[in-house]
Amino acid sequence: MIVYIARRLLAALPTLWAVLTLVFVLVRIVPGDPAIAILGDRATPAAVAALQAKLGLDRPIWAQYVDFMAQSAQGDFGTSMVTNRPILADVSAVIPHTIDLTIAAMLIGIIVGVPAGVWAALHRNRWIDVLARLVSLVGLSFPVFVSGIFLLLAFALHWRIFPVIGNANLSDPGDRLLKLVLPAATLGLVMAAYITRVTRSAMLGVLGEDYMRTARAKGVPWRRVVWRHGLRNAGMPVVTVVGLYVGILIGNSVLTEIVFNRPGLGKIIVGALNQRDYTMLQGLMVIYCFLIVVVNLITDLTYGFIDPRVKQA
Amino acid sequence: MKALLRNPTTLAGALLCLLIAAGAVLAPWIAPHDPIEQSILERLQPPGGDFLLGSDVFGRDVLSRILWGARISLVVAVVSIALAILVGGAIGMVSGYIGGRTDMLIMQVMDVLLSFPSLILGLIVVALLGAEMGNLIFAIALTAVAPFARIARAPVLSLKERAFVEAGRALGFSHLRILVVHILPNILDEILVMGSLWMATAVRTEASLSFIGLGVKPPTATWGGMMREGFEAILDAPWLSVFPGIAILMLVLGLNMVGDGLRDATDPKLTGT
Repeated sequence: MIVYIARRLLAALPTLWAVLTLVFVLVRIVPGDPAIAILGDRATPAAVAALQAKLGLDRPIWAQYVDFMAQSAQGDFGTSMVTNRPILADVSAVIPHTIDLTIAAMLIGIIVGVPAGVWAALHRNRWIDVLARLVSLVGLSFPVFVSGIFLLLAFALHWRIFPVIGNANLSDPGDRLLKLVLPAATLGLVMAAYITRVTRSAMLGVLGEDYMRTARAKGVPWRRVVWRHGLRNAGMPVVTVVGLYVGILIGNSVLTEIVFNRPGLGKIIVGALNQRDYTMLQGLMVIYCFLIVVVNLITDLTYGFIDPRVKQA
Repeated sequence: MKALLRNPTTLAGALLCLLIAAGAVLAPWIAPHDPIEQSILERLQPPGGDFLLGSDVFGRDVLSRILWGARISLVVAVVSIALAILVGGAIGMVSGYIGGRTDMLIMQVMDVLLSFPSLILGLIVVALLGAEMGNLIFAIALTAVAPFARIARAPVLSLKERAFVEAGRALGFSHLRILVVHILPNILDEILVMGSLWMATAVRTEASLSFIGLGVKPPTATWGGMMREGFEAILDAPWLSVFPGIAILMLVLGLNMVGDGLRDATDPKLTGT
């Protein structure tokens, strides 16, 4: 197992390097000088030069690149050029909110999506199946800010069941949970829609397999055949989708955080964009990349857990 | 075309899209009011009466703005996905056709693009380049290039080994001719199905960026921008965010239904799944 993890980690390194390079290039192809962007058009040349020196922008591009890579490798994501605070400090302050939201949304997606997909597959082409397909198609057509605003209008403004503002007090579990419900439902429903569809088609592929018939023939109850033999074999594509979806989830959390006024990575990124905080943007993108590489790694490890054959490959 | 009529999902989706496209094209003639002209005396009128879907904080007619906004959504989605298909498809086909190290390198770069959350990538690109229609199209196309490259490459890998390609080469056809005349028709179906599904994503991304404030600048009517303005007045005038929201949902759903039905129809393996 340890060898497997180590090998996966090594395989992730080139991707990480490539993504970091992309980030470096993206931030640097911006038209205009960041120093002028911060100080304004009327800044004296001396002030601009001083800021450039402070940000390291006066150094050759390859030196900036080497520095950037060395710092990223050490987990140093730099400091915000607007607030002068370390980026990692700002991010760690809000990361619990983002993690809460992501995990809750994934749980909702799995708890709703997997049974719905299995159920639809078992009733193929009956009205339950048609309904599940239609509802899931509508679900994944909703841009999250639209579903978020609709949920907000219904459950926070009309029926007043849940609070409008999502800035939870982390030390109060009740408050934390209450303010998580609507944002998590917003993200979770889209995820449930994806999972339903993938589970359904994966299950359909597995239902006709010989081992399913054999298990049934040797007297295993059908329910157990479906959940133990069927779902376990249909699990791989589902895990792949959950893993891939985390990237979308991270993107969508930006919108959810705006609608529900929740602190989180998304709100920081929008703030940094508005203030043209380039170092912050660069640091945030690096953090996003790390997150995604970690998620991909967890996805790979889950494959090994579901299907022991993967580990030997 | 036959597939369109056979599958009820595709048919319903196509009708939905056509309806919205008709609204967009005919906007100058059928919109009851000017989408931009402000009329402070008539601000925040609830739906009904002179303003069928209500009026916004500047007294502009919501229905007229939705009709005009459809133009932005459709143009951005169609142009950006056409661009992504052209560039991504070409990259994928050529990469698969060449094969070897070059192919591996190109696909590695595509994987890197793919591993970035598309909304975040779009957000950053538009924020850095400026919120204009051209940049918006470029950003959305950029997020969709990698998937099309992948889709176009996979079948080429096996097609290039087939006898008809070899025959073409033996006859002295140029690589370009083989790719365009002999290989392209074989992968076109799949690319078009992906295209309609990605157009749905493009509509959603454009609306999302406009909602964040990175869309085509006001006072131009965009659905995402209308939601943004409506969201600020959500307590006084919920209709301002509800109706554009429904419009976005309808278009995305319509495109998804078309793509979903087409996928079932073009892939005999998946019939009924």
